[in-house]
Amino acid sequence: MSAPVAHAHHAPEGFIRKYVFSLDHKVIGIQYYFLGLFSVFVGMFLSLLMRYHMVHPEAKVAWFEKLWHTGASGGIMTPELYLSLMTMHGTIMVFFVLTTVPQSGFGNYFLPIQIGAEDMAFPVLNMMSFWTTFLALVVMISAFFVQGGAPLSGWTAYPPLSGAGPVTGPGEGLGQTLWVLSIAIFCGASLMGAINFIATTVDLRCKGMKLMRMPLTCWTWLVTAILGLLGFAVLLSAGVLLILDRELGTSFFLPTGLLISDHILNHRGGSPLLWQHLFWFFGHPEVYIAILPGMGVTSHLLSTFSRKPIFGYKAMVYAILAIGFLGFLVWGHHMFMSGMNPYSAMAFSIMTMCIGVPSAIKTFNWIGTLWGSKIHFDTAMMFALGFVSLFVTGGISGIFLGQPALDLYFHDTYFVVGHFHMIMGVAAIFGMFAGTFYWFPKMFGKMMNETLGKIHFYCTFIGVYGIFTPMHYLGIVGNPRRYSDFTNVEYLGPLIPIHNFMTYCAYFTAAAQLIFLVNLFWSLKSGPKATMNPWKSTSLEWTIPSPPPFDNFGGEHPVVYHGAYEFSVPGAEKDYIMQTDPPTEGAHS
Amino acid sequence: MGMAGSLTHDYIQGPPPPVDPGWGDGGDGSDGRGSSRRASFTGLYVLLAASTMVFAALTSALVVRRGLSDDWASMAKPGILWFNTGVLLASSVVLEVARRALRSGARSKFNIWWTLGTVLGLVFLGGQWTAWQQLRSAGVFIASNPSSSFFYLLTASHAFHLVGGLTALIYVDVQALRLSLGPAKRTRVDISAVFWHFLDGLWLYLMLLFYVWG
Repeated sequence: MSAPVAHAHHAPEGFIRKYVFSLDHKVIGIQYYFLGLFSVFVGMFLSLLMRYHMVHPEAKVAWFEKLWHTGASGGIMTPELYLSLMTMHGTIMVFFVLTTVPQSGFGNYFLPIQIGAEDMAFPVLNMMSFWTTFLALVVMISAFFVQGGAPLSGWTAYPPLSGAGPVTGPGEGLGQTLWVLSIAIFCGASLMGAINFIATTVDLRCKGMKLMRMPLTCWTWLVTAILGLLGFAVLLSAGVLLILDRELGTSFFLPTGLLISDHILNHRGGSPLLWQHLFWFFGHPEVYIAILPGMGVTSHLLSTFSRKPIFGYKAMVYAILAIGFLGFLVWGHHMFMSGMNPYSAMAFSIMTMCIGVPSAIKTFNWIGTLWGSKIHFDTAMMFALGFVSLFVTGGISGIFLGQPALDLYFHDTYFVVGHFHMIMGVAAIFGMFAGTFYWFPKMFGKMMNETLGKIHFYCTFIGVYGIFTPMHYLGIVGNPRRYSDFTNVEYLGPLIPIHNFMTYCAYFTAAAQLIFLVNLFWSLKSGPKATMNPWKSTSLEWTIPSPPPFDNFGGEHPVVYHGAYEFSVPGAEKDYIMQTDPPTEGAHS
Repeated sequence: MGMAGSLTHDYIQGPPPPVDPGWGDGGDGSDGRGSSRRASFTGLYVLLAASTMVFAALTSALVVRRGLSDDWASMAKPGILWFNTGVLLASSVVLEVARRALRSGARSKFNIWWTLGTVLGLVFLGGQWTAWQQLRSAGVFIASNPSSSFFYLLTASHAFHLVGGLTALIYVDVQALRLSLGPAKRTRVDISAVFWHFLDGLWLYLMLLFYVWG
């Protein structure tokens, strides 16, 4: 460690500057984490309402009517209300959970520490980024409470439905406007975050922290930031066009001669497909924004808990870069149904298959890391292993959907719902759980309860497979998605028992999350004290106290001599070499 | 952007240090850290990349929208756009003159030139407002035609960026006129100027777009 230097900003004293408008990346990371935690429970609650309605479409529920006078008059949920719940479930989960927690939450907290910096490059921008995200969430949630309620057009907001205004249904008035506004605000916040992540990684690495010594978590946060930078800029543009179509009468997305509910619209010449192109140019990289940080955490944990170097570190880095690059070339595979030229579809299909290669490299390397090791089955590791399982399961169904001929059949069925929930939803959430159990001791100075953690893991693992595996079968037999009620469709009648089973699994999984909440808050209050390095990890966050001091390294500048995955090095005293350990004979750096 | 949040220290005296454009190995710098100046420039370039993506997306929307329908009618552009273009180009030149003055230590010259550049920026914004007013009085509104939709949209997006750029120019100017612009704030001067030149280039691109495609 070199000599201490003066710091640009000092630890704040007052409550507001310390915990509310904090410039400290660690506090901001925790703020993002809890924003995501709130959002995930809102999103999960909405999904439970949907699953309940699908199996009891005629049920009268008194409090439905209290919450939604018109949407559930008499206590019976209307199809429109169902669609608004679906829209908000998807939107909240994708933007405010999957985009927010793995990157902005854990990334904010641990990127600067893992590269040996005392904060993000631009702390003020960092604070603004969080509060802008918060504003976006408030605007999004407020869509529930305005005239007509929340929008109906799904998280993808396809026009004309999303662009034509209240004539297309309740929720398509002010609710949809607030939705677009919230997404635009969120884009702004994400851009601010991306600027910070990239500048920090490029310029604030400590002495010796070469790019190829960074933990894989840092690589995934960097590439995710680049994806967010390029993707959210495009979504922002698309959102502005949609707002103009809705509010100022332009015709970017709305075609000539639309007749909706006996109203002829004045719009002329617009192209709904233009929105799909712009949206999916963002939307596909968004999938990797959600999953890449989970891959980083998984790689980090598999190596740590199997006490072996990550198999093929360089290959992992190149795979991350390849996934990020190819992610921008495949948006068309979301649009095989749009009537695109079959040659275009073939090109998009081939590019999509290409992404399978770096994904397979990662999976192979994860298995290579585990091979022949003595695995420490701590809860964090269980979730990392769960991530690999879900990533493989969800990824395989992606190969089916990447074929235009098959996608035409599968596209509007539950097969797609099963696919993206497995890979983008649940796998990413397992990455978050893994990160939570792994980093909680560092963040809060307390250990989480392992027994509760394992119960939570097994229940969640079994539960999510119970919910989402049958969806693939439902899709194969032609069960359409987005429908609120299947009970009166003859050919779907035999599938009702499967829907019942999935709904029970959803209740079970949701109940299991209460175990997590109890564990989280109980451990925060009374968990046993954590040592500096409870997992015997190698990266820099484990060289400082738990929780870390305000300036992370106590005024010292760490110097790095090793890569992040030097476990069980032959001839070394311990089975791990910290990145800051001085170089020794027999150990390569 | 995050100039207010630069981390460690600015340069206290002497000419501005060269910007290391490469990816360091974390080993450069006497204290083992990337400098805040370099981080500021990285942040700026990343911001420019994001802005470029915004305009690339809008351009692709323009090309697609123009190509897919037969309702595109090229609109008459207000002549004042050429005057505005000249003003904006002049402002960039003047800001460069100001920066040279600062580099050679001529602080009072810097103040004059930088103030002039800022005023030219404000004149450009006023000129754009006039262009919109002229279009309105000619009965050309945002929803009149896809070409006018894109004209209003692109000029407004550019103006939105410009307001940010002007805020930076005015901030530097106020610091300079209050004589509190030590060489320590050199990075802010450079960042503001580079951002402004970007807006200049962006505007030339938009003019090309309007007159070739619009």
